[in-house]
Order: sequence, then structure tokens, then C-alpha cells
Amino acid sequence: MNYFPDEVIEHVFDFVVSHKDRNSISLVCKSWYKIERCSRKEVFIGNCYAINPERLIGRFPCLKSLTLKGKPHFADFNLVPHEWGGFVLPWIEALARSRVGLEELRLKRMVVTDESLELLSRSFANFKSLVLVSCEGFTTDGLASIAANCRQLRELDLQENEIDDHRGQWLNCFPDSCTTLTSLNFACLKGETNVAALERLVARSPNLKSLKLNRAVPLDALARLMSCAPQLVDLGVGSYENEPDPESFAKLMTAIEKCISLRSLSGFLEVAPLCLPAFYPICQNLISLNLSYAAEIQGNHLIKLIQLCKRLQRLWILDSIGDKGLVVVADTCKELQELRVFPSDVHGEEDNNAAVTEVGLVAISAGCPKLHSILYFCKQMTNAALIAVAKNCPNFIRFRLCILEPHKPDHITSQSLDEGFGAIVQACKGLRRLSVSGLLTDQVFLYIGMYAEQLEMLSIAFAGDTDKGMLYVLNGCKKMRKLEIRDSPFGNAALLADVGRYETMRSLWMSSCEVTLGGCKRLAQNSPRLNVEIINENENNRMEQNEEDEREKVDKLYLYRTVVGTRKDAPPYVRIL
Amino acid sequence: MRGVSELEVGKSNLPAESELELGLGLSLGGGAWKERGRILTAKDFPSVGSKRSAESSSHQGASPPRSSQVVGWPPIGLHRMNSLVNNQAMKAARAEEGDGEKKVVKNDELKDVSMKVNAKVQGLGFVKVNMDGVGIGRKVDMRAHSSYENLAQTLEEMFFGMTGTTCREKVKPLRLLDGSSDFVLTYEDKEGDWMLVGDVPWRMFINSVKRLRIMGTSEASGLAPRRQEQKDRQRNNPV
Repeated sequence: MNYFPDEVIEHVFDFVVSHKDRNSISLVCKSWYKIERCSRKEVFIGNCYAINPERLIGRFPCLKSLTLKGKPHFADFNLVPHEWGGFVLPWIEALARSRVGLEELRLKRMVVTDESLELLSRSFANFKSLVLVSCEGFTTDGLASIAANCRQLRELDLQENEIDDHRGQWLNCFPDSCTTLTSLNFACLKGETNVAALERLVARSPNLKSLKLNRAVPLDALARLMSCAPQLVDLGVGSYENEPDPESFAKLMTAIEKCISLRSLSGFLEVAPLCLPAFYPICQNLISLNLSYAAEIQGNHLIKLIQLCKRLQRLWILDSIGDKGLVVVADTCKELQELRVFPSDVHGEEDNNAAVTEVGLVAISAGCPKLHSILYFCKQMTNAALIAVAKNCPNFIRFRLCILEPHKPDHITSQSLDEGFGAIVQACKGLRRLSVSGLLTDQVFLYIGMYAEQLEMLSIAFAGDTDKGMLYVLNGCKKMRKLEIRDSPFGNAALLADVGRYETMRSLWMSSCEVTLGGCKRLAQNSPRLNVEIINENENNRMEQNEEDEREKVDKLYLYRTVVGTRKDAPPYVRIL
Repeated sequence: MRGVSELEVGKSNLPAESELELGLGLSLGGGAWKERGRILTAKDFPSVGSKRSAESSSHQGASPPRSSQVVGWPPIGLHRMNSLVNNQAMKAARAEEGDGEKKVVKNDELKDVSMKVNAKVQGLGFVKVNMDGVGIGRKVDMRAHSSYENLAQTLEEMFFGMTGTTCREKVKPLRLLDGSSDFVLTYEDKEGDWMLVGDVPWRMFINSVKRLRIMGTSEASGLAPRRQEQKDRQRNNPV
């Protein structure tokens, strides 16, 4: 097999970057496994409990970049209680003890403490990049250690984390010698910002390409920041709830005009509509625009801005843009690839005529030929619309539709939306991710099992009639990796039909379904390489009961494949069978 | 965990058909934010009981669960949800301050206003509540309460089923505020100190509270100046 010396093979492997491909390479033969593992620089771990730090380090001693994900996806919607798990400290401790020269750490839905951040900052001389997404458990003190100790820091990217803001001087902790920053994102920090320290930092960071501010950075500071960083490519604006005075506005506009490299705009956490025109000059260059936090801007202001963004590829917006606004998007943004429309009225109690409906969705599908990813929150949908969308856009990779009211049928025919979603999966042969909603019977799952051959992630809520629904999916979607189900009538028969299947998936989540304790126990019995976790809300009452009722329904079931057995850090209310 | 717009529901010992479902009745669209959200209970929606019975009732044509009543629905990230709700609160706060703020202001004034409004909002929001002896913490929206009595009532309802009694028995109320029950309500303030709830004006309290804890009275002796004072007064004023 090996006609070349190892170094040559390794050099060839360097061109293989995707994790899937490198995993495949390592399976070819022992010697390729060895060469691959010693040369792998980036490791992705989709579930931090599937493996442990010791085995990671043992296999990939030369790793430079680690990505870890902790809690299951539904933790984003508060379905996973506190202290469930996903602690990063043991990983950092193990890496620190080893000789791994960690340079990059990317975490999602993990619990990060100030102690972990401090240890991280002191243990890796070449540490360059920290990306934290939807994490919690730390404060600005932890950020201060990163700023102070990571001499080579290039990237500090904090997305949607819950950070205790001690309103300290963490920005001041970047030493004067720190000039290597390329990306700084602290938009999720809720407290005041030391603007002077920030300005000095930006001024001495000539390579800064991405800057995302939090709500506490005022308008005049924004103008000064942009003036000393005209090379910015990606900007997250803070919040400006008052109309600017003419002088400030003029300064801002001058600064913005100079930012000819700007391609991506976000933030606008609160913004007075009159601030928006300052950005008109650079709209023609934008490929990404995120206005999904700008709850106060009315549709017409949004439309005026978007009409100038002809090169837009990614748009995140609130439904206040309305169907009318989506028609404008469809006419203007011919390069659009990804669209997300979030609800501005989350409880659906206002009779909001301006929100989006199936009309906007159809318009987008008709006008944007390159569209491949959509997340769409709306109050109503029809089968006819979905069928039209499927016909217009057979290229969807991600299709996530959330009709706000559970069980809502086609609002014109009052039928279920099985046929509409069926059309989507039949037409979109490359579909990898799907979220369904509205009134759905087992039939939609028959279609999904039959047609969605590439489907890797499926989210189900308030859907289906019997176990058959879930069985159609498990039997049909051979590439399924993550299945998450809530409030649907699937029970033990579906859960237990093919237990071996779960080892081919990353995880299964079922909450408020019909599975019972007995069913979960039977599942766990025959599966040493699955962790079957049960979460019951009232664990106090459970402990007082003398006999366990196996017919008792399980509130939350989370099971995942693992090669390292039961985890030791579960809280008392998580029962691992 | 991040805040959420509904309170987490525990499956209490109540029979399945009358599962307590708590939801916040916040109306968020188009400036119709009323003074505060109201805590809705199952009594407000007689046709909608538990999440499970809602499914069967929907098949029978009864009204399906409204989006606002279900935990974790709609599926919007908590960070985003908090931001939207915060926006509404700020709008309301500004409306309270009067239209003067909407005029063009100089930079300093701008900073003052934004800090004032930020301060108003930062104190509000979801705080974690833990009760001794109960594994799972909850979260409560401080914005949705107008007084200590209000808050105490919510917490009592929240932890109602957690005292180990069945629904058949009449459970005596926790009476968290008057010092007569087995539990006291305490909070952690901005400086990290644990204090008894009820000593400072309500507005001041919600601006400084970071976390709540329902403590057994035996444990709370370290922080019970109020109760101690009462006892001292009783001792010093012999009958």
C-alpha cells in the first residue's frame, strides 16, 4: 500500500481538511491511521460525552484546534435543566497537563467557568482563538484573564452567551503590546463598556477584520472606531435609541463611507430608524445582514435599506418586514442563499397584520434561485404554498419552518400539512436538515422516510399520530444523525424497534412523548455503547416512591452513543440507565 | 441557563388532567406592553389542561394550546427571546420618562439616558430560584411582579408540589415573607451578599437581585437580623 515515504503521504493528507474525509482516511489501513492521527490538527467532537479528553489526546497528540459541543440542541429552548452537564474544565485540565499546543478552542452549549478560562489562558503559549457560542457559567473576570495572558490572541468571539458582567475593566487587560487581534465580538455582554480602552485597542490592531460591539457603545464612539478601523470586513453595531444630532450623524456617515471592505453588518440591538441611512453608502457591498435584533425598526425602513443590498447572500430579519418586504427582498437580492425570519411578537397574541405568511415564503422561493437555507417563523401556512416553494427551490439543504401555533392546519383547506412537507422532501434531494410544524399526521413521516435520503437532522414538535411515524423515519433516513422530538405520541414500540440504529446516530431526544421508564430500561439493557439519560422534573417525589412504576412516562429522554461509558458528572435529577 | 418567557413546569402530584401550567401572559407586539405581564395559571384556560391532554383535545376540536402556554415554544433561543422582551421593557421605560427623551440630545445627555434606561432594564429579567431540598432550580421573571407579595405567591405556586406532600392533603402555604414558616426567602445582590428578601423598597430590590434562594430557617439564622430583632424586641418588652 505504501509506495511513498510517510512524509509524502502526510503532505497529501494536509490537503484533506474535512473531518469526514479525514475520518475515512484513517479507516483505510493501519499505517494511514497512524499517519493521519499524528498529523491531524483540527478535531471536531459533536458530543463531549461521546469521548473523553484522555483518549482524544492519546489519539491526536498534535492537535491545535478543538471544537466541542455540550448540551443537546433543545437546551436552547430551556428544555434542559440547570447543571445538566457539558463542563469544559476537565478538557482544559487534561489538555494543560499534556503536551498539546492548543491554539484554538471552539465551544457550543458548554458550561465554562472563570477558572477554566484562567487555566486556558495560562497553559498554552500559542493560544490564538477562542469562540464561545451559547455557553454560560463565566464572567468578565474570565475574559480579563484571556485578554491579559494570551499574548498571541487573534480571535475572541462571544456569541449569545450568558455572561455575568462585572462591569470590570476586562478591555483594559489587553496589554499595550497586543496588536494581533483580527476578531473581537462581545455583543452579548450586557454591561457598560470602557469605550476609551476599546478605542485604544482597536487603534493598535491593524489586522482587525471583525468587530462586534455591545449595546453600551454609543454612536460617537462607533464613528471614532470605524475611523480608525476602515479595514473592517464585519461590523456589529451597538444600540442607538435616540436620534443622532446632525453633527454626530455626519461624522458617522463619513466614517462609514471609508469602510469599503465592509461585507457584513449586524447588531442594531436597539436603533433609532434615522441611524440607518448612515449605512446606505456601503449597502451595495454587503453580503451578510443581520437585523434580527432590531425590534424597533418598522418594515418600511428595513425595506429602504434592503433595496440597496443587491449582493446580499445572507439575511436575518424580523417578521416586521412583512410579506411586502419579502417581495422586495425577492426582487432585489438575487444572490440570496440563506434567509432567517424571526418572530417579533413571540406569543402571537397581537393580531399583527404586518407579520409574514405563506405569501412571503413563496415570493422568496420564486425570486431567489440560489436559496438553500431557510428558517421561517410564521402564523399560517398552506400546502399549496409549500408545494410551490418545493417546485421553485429544489436546492434546499436546510428547511426549517415554524408555525407558531402547535397543530395548526392549512389555513385555507383545514387539512394537515403532510402534502406540503412531502413535496419539500421529494423535490429537495439534498436536504440535510428539516424542522416541521403545524398539523401533521403519520403520513408526513412516511414521506420523509421515503424521500429524505440525505437527511441528517430532524426536529419534530406536536406531530404524528402513532409509533408508525417515528418508525418511518428511523427505517427510511439512513443518514440521520440527530433526531429531536417533543410533544409527539411516539412510544416504546418505536423506540425499541431497532436499538442498534442509535449507534449510527449522534443522539436522540424525546420529551413529552409516550415512552415509559420500562421502555427506556429495556433500551439501555442491551446497549453498552449508548448512554440513556432520563430527566424527570420532580425527582424528589420519585425518590420517595418505594416502587418504581415502569409504566410511568418519562419526561425527557436523551440518548447518545459513546465509547467511554456512563458519565460521572451528572446531577442527581439525571438518571443514567 | 438563560431566561425564558415561560416558567418551567414541574409535573406535580396533581392528577394528570389538572396539571398546573404556568405561562406568562406577555403581549409583546406593537407597543401594547401593559404595565406588567400577568402570571397565567391553568384556571385561565379551562379547556386546556396538560400538554398531553391538549393533543387529544385538539383532535376533538377543542382549542389547541396557544403558543404562549407551552414550555420552550416557540423554539427561539433564550438569548434572542430575552433581547426581544428587553426591547419592549426599554420602550415602556422610555414611554414612562416622557417624550422629552426622543428629542435630539447632546452626547453627554445621550450617555446619561442610555445608562439610565440600561440601568432600569439591567435590574430586571429572569433570576434563578433554588429551594433547599429541591434538585431542579427554576427561573422567575422579575419584570412580571409588582410587589413582594406577588413574588412570594408565584414562588409558592412554583414550589408547591415540592414539599413532598400529595395533592390530597391541604398544604399550608409557605408564607415566605412573614417569618412564620419553615422557609425563608433570600437573595443574592449585585455585590454577592446574601440578604433576606423584603427589607428594601421593591424597586431597589429588583434592580439589585441576582439570584433567589428559598432556605430552611435553620440555615438562615446567619442572615436573620429581622427575625432576631423581632425576638429581641419581644425579649426586651416583657409582658
